[in-house]
Amino acid sequence: MVEATPTKRIAPAEGFRVANSVVSIETAKPASRISLRATSAGARSFEKSLNFALPRKPAETASAKGRHALWLGPDEWLLIDEANPDDSMVPRLPNKQFSAVDVSHRNMAFIVAGPGAAATLNAACPRNLSLAAFPVKTCSRTVLGKAEIVLYRTARDTFRVECWRSYAPYVRDLLAIASKDAHI
Amino acid sequence: MLLIHCPYCKDDRPELEFSNAGEAHIVRPTNMSDISDTEFEAMFFMRDNPKGIALERWRHAHGCGRFFNVARNTVSDKFLKVYKAGEPRPSDAEIEELLK
Amino acid sequence: MTPSSKQPYRAKSHGALNHARTVRFTFDGKPYEGLEGDTLASALLANGVHLMGRSFKYHRPRGVMSAGVEEPSALIGISRDKSNSGARVQPNVRASVQEIYDGMNAVSQNRFPSLNFDLGAVNSLLAPFFAAGFYYKTFMWPRKAWDKVYEPFIRRAAGLGESPTETDPDRYANRFEHCDVLIIGGGAAGLMAAKTAAAKKQRIILCDENPSLGGWLLADSDVTIDGKSGTQWVKDTVAELQANENVRLLTRTTGFGYFQQNMVGLVERVTDHLAQPDMDLPRERMWQVRADKVVIAQGAIERHLVFADNDRPGIVLAGAAQKWLNQFGVTVGNNVGVFTACDTAYAAAFDLYEAGTHIAVIVDQRATVDQALLEQANELGIRVMPNAGVVGVTGKLRINGIKVKTASGSEETIEVDALITSAGWTPSLHLYSQSRGKPIWDEASQRFLPGQSPQACVSIGACNGTNDLATTFAEAAKATGGRAPKLEIENDVSLAGGTIGMASESAETGKAFVDFQNDVTAKDIKLAVREGMHSIEHVKRYTTNGMATDQGKLSNMHGLSIAAKMLDKPVPEVGLTTFRAPYTPTTFGSFVAHARGTLFDPSRKTPIHEWAQENGAEFEPVSLWQRAWYFPRPGEDMHEAVDRECRTVRTSAGVFDASTLGKIEVVGPDAAAFMNIMYTNGWDKLKPGRAKYGIMCREDGFIYDDGVVGKLSDTRFHVTTTTGGAPRVLNHMEDYLQTEFPDMQVWLTSTTEQWATIAVQGPKAREIIQPLVTGADISAEKFPHMSVVECQVCGVPARLFRISFTGELGFEINVPADYGRAVWEAIWERAEPAGACAYGTETMHVLRAEKGYIIVGQDTDGTVTPHDAGLSWAVAKSKPDFVGKRGLQRPDLTASGRRQLVGLKTSDPKKVVQEGAQIVADPEQAIPMKMIGFVTSSYWSGTLERSIAMAVLEDGFARMGETLYIPMEDEVIEVEVEGTVFYDPSGEKING
Ligand SMILES: [Zn+2]
Repeated sequence: MVEATPTKRIAPAEGFRVANSVVSIETAKPASRISLRATSAGARSFEKSLNFALPRKPAETASAKGRHALWLGPDEWLLIDEANPDDSMVPRLPNKQFSAVDVSHRNMAFIVAGPGAAATLNAACPRNLSLAAFPVKTCSRTVLGKAEIVLYRTARDTFRVECWRSYAPYVRDLLAIASKDAHI
Repeated sequence: MLLIHCPYCKDDRPELEFSNAGEAHIVRPTNMSDISDTEFEAMFFMRDNPKGIALERWRHAHGCGRFFNVARNTVSDKFLKVYKAGEPRPSDAEIEELLK
Repeated sequence: MTPSSKQPYRAKSHGALNHARTVRFTFDGKPYEGLEGDTLASALLANGVHLMGRSFKYHRPRGVMSAGVEEPSALIGISRDKSNSGARVQPNVRASVQEIYDGMNAVSQNRFPSLNFDLGAVNSLLAPFFAAGFYYKTFMWPRKAWDKVYEPFIRRAAGLGESPTETDPDRYANRFEHCDVLIIGGGAAGLMAAKTAAAKKQRIILCDENPSLGGWLLADSDVTIDGKSGTQWVKDTVAELQANENVRLLTRTTGFGYFQQNMVGLVERVTDHLAQPDMDLPRERMWQVRADKVVIAQGAIERHLVFADNDRPGIVLAGAAQKWLNQFGVTVGNNVGVFTACDTAYAAAFDLYEAGTHIAVIVDQRATVDQALLEQANELGIRVMPNAGVVGVTGKLRINGIKVKTASGSEETIEVDALITSAGWTPSLHLYSQSRGKPIWDEASQRFLPGQSPQACVSIGACNGTNDLATTFAEAAKATGGRAPKLEIENDVSLAGGTIGMASESAETGKAFVDFQNDVTAKDIKLAVREGMHSIEHVKRYTTNGMATDQGKLSNMHGLSIAAKMLDKPVPEVGLTTFRAPYTPTTFGSFVAHARGTLFDPSRKTPIHEWAQENGAEFEPVSLWQRAWYFPRPGEDMHEAVDRECRTVRTSAGVFDASTLGKIEVVGPDAAAFMNIMYTNGWDKLKPGRAKYGIMCREDGFIYDDGVVGKLSDTRFHVTTTTGGAPRVLNHMEDYLQTEFPDMQVWLTSTTEQWATIAVQGPKAREIIQPLVTGADISAEKFPHMSVVECQVCGVPARLFRISFTGELGFEINVPADYGRAVWEAIWERAEPAGACAYGTETMHVLRAEKGYIIVGQDTDGTVTPHDAGLSWAVAKSKPDFVGKRGLQRPDLTASGRRQLVGLKTSDPKKVVQEGAQIVADPEQAIPMKMIGFVTSSYWSGTLERSIAMAVLEDGFARMGETLYIPMEDEVIEVEVEGTVFYDPSGEKING
């Protein structure tokens, strides 16, 4: 017996937004995500379902049509599909050379944008976020205070901050308080 | 806060992304069930804790997630060499050289 | 009255505050006026107030000594709350640093009832008892007096000022920052270094602890740079730097600590100088700067001279007097004496003379004085006494005269209302030393100088021992890769010369202070040496010289010199104590920054948390998670609620949020092989669709974690861990996979938060969930206990387990987390009418204890093996290897006498024993009794209508039926040993 009405999806920190003159922080729209672990042969095999090449160098990303592949480790990628939030990218057939695990609901993301974006993040993230050290289209797993995040610079002044869902209130409140200091 | 070079990310990263994982080059015997109590003691309990160069394992826990090895001077707290897991232990001569 | 008449020591001709606004403040309740830009010290001095505090040990009256962070004496309390609520109270603020603002409320410290009349000053009469080593000698014996007499005494005597009584309401900010060049100190050296680096387009941070950049140039009225006054050069240079987008200038910002790899901690004081700070501003901002290169331009600190009664109010450092005059327009007196061992004090004296102050005498310790200075003094009609010393003063709350003794031995008393002194300048090596650079003794100039730091840093200017401006500029330019600028510098005064140690023989007999803040005299240092302290580290601890919050900025060199002379050793052989961070006292708030309140730690909540909240749940923290503890109904206490929840689950059903359980997806062709290594159980025979309880050990054989593992396919396992164990279990597995079994084709992914997990347990569990499930047959026949299936629940993809942690028929439904709340509500809609309840962790604990299921970390403590826990059935015998297999064979783990997990029933069924209580065989034995085990879990079981407990007990398995005892404070509880399964021992319910 299937429910007559579709089961309601409630994402963490839905609709959150704060902004001031130098930075805005808002919850990203739901997306589907895969944690991909693979041998190099597995990565090649997975790419066929993806239609673009996975980045092979540390911190690199690749994108096409709302899909993003982020290099997180030598055999690890985070795939984010903003275009199809309800459709898992997990290939239907099992493969012996990779592990593709649906983590769409494990993660959520905030978009931190504006000239004060890096300063906001640097309130609690120890990384050098200058354009030279952390260029556009690069990514990294790192820390924001006591939360682990994946930081993805999508544009000069825009970062996508991925975290696990239960850390969302902490990350949200930390970024919000940090934004007060972002003009400095 | 230290800056630690991750041999997998090929980049210097803040210490906050890492965790220490104890002494390096302690190999788990493949015939684990057959080793003597003395061998087990040496493998599991005994550690060097040297003043000078310590060969240690670190994990880039909040980064690429990889375990790797380092030669750290416990006096100056300097990381003198980082190398990937599985690469050979630096020779005594190399350690001497690192200490200079 | 006009402000100037209220500020009789304001020199209108001098300083930068001529046109500043009047600021009103109070000191010890008395209203005063100062000018905007004044420090509390300069404002009080403008009002003729020198007496600002009482000393720590002897309660001696103290004035302000210095015009900077080195101030040891004028420590005051500031209350920044209008309401005096006690929240914004800060003790030990240096009056020489704190800027005044309208409405400021400052109080002196360490006095009762008043600053002028202090009862504690009686300590001065007891001085012989307070000599060096006093604490060590006096409080050693008798031992019994320690708790009642000595400790309270020390606690009352220790520390100055009042602590805040309320939570700090202010916000503190943090910033990680990176730059090419960090310059610490914005005086002549720092500004020139910044100017040079800026020209090379480098990213620069320049910080200075003062409100304005410029350093000593702001206090020097004579020097000219290319024809400009020093202050004008500063103004122009700062403007140029401000216009450069690569330069960040931070004022009121102290570089307090130099850490590894050129990380330097800076604290910026943002609002302490403001009367009405914007509520959006943090009080302080911590900058954690990582710089490619650090330029240390900390400057030098002027030393005082060590002679009898050198601490009397009215005695100040010559440089401080010059700064107060030229920067703030304040004179320290109308009739000022000078006691010096170097040239810079002459400049201070001449400036004061020019401002209209009478200079009574210049007493110079040196036999020969620069002829030009003598001539200048002569021209101005100032009497100079070379080769003489001040041996004492008259006046207690304020000096009114100095006793001068010449080399020939004649003594005379000269009337003064203030005395300015200088023993020369000590290069500030604090940050250089913190960078692990070794100070190098320079015999010629009798000072320690920086050498080569092991880090990428360079010291320039006065902190490098450079005495003149031209060389300072050249060093600064070179430090940042530039050429020495060609600048015409005139009327520069050299910082060279001076003395260390006792300034006159008066220090041998009188109270000649070396360390003002800790009340250490020259005699104390000598006593320490006599009593066998031969290293400066020992002298320091024995006398507490240099151990106050000023870290001996004034006292270290004097103390060292006195000790060296007594030991007849060269200074470097006696040693220089290590400088440690922080350079100046730094608030806890700035270190804590945002990590307080809700941001102290992430508070993790499940997707069902809000439902639990709305339905009246009480919560308990489990690691970082907040878990629903129990769901009291109106009028119920915890005991009643848990009782009801337990009964409901056993008779009907209960719904439980198990989302916090750790989950790890183990995927790959070698998944089963890897599971065989990581768990004690065998995994080869487990079929897809089946689940198994697994135990994970460490290599030593002790239980590390446990959980149910479902096999979804030949290459995919859904592993669960304990709530608190999830991160370390994943780390443990990754460790083995990456470093011991790197060739295995298997990958691990944390899915803890991907799934919301809803347990439905109890006889009615199946009928509650059945209509919501599609794509799977969950009948008893097709879906027996320990099964798993991928299906849909409420139309969303689900992983459905049939497992039980209660002993009842049970299911655990995993759905993608965003759907968790909706699926929970759909289940609740069916559960509630069926008479089921929502239950929390407390009920979960009772139900599992009734079945003897262990909780890792509660019934195990890192010394319990699977065999000890009665779980031998879960340890595979035929596997060639698993983590812990070899460890379990160790002699100690197989010997008899191990503590084994058993059940306990109290003889009195109403008596619930305490968890952690110790167990003995014979309660009549003498104390200390032999303890043979302890209680790990203990509950009231509503179902069994009696108490139940679990315990680890020596040879417990062989003690079934034995009567043992639990001695408590006021009773001895009798218990009987039995098995751990208290409820449904045959297990028929679970298979229902
Ligand atoms: Zn890495």
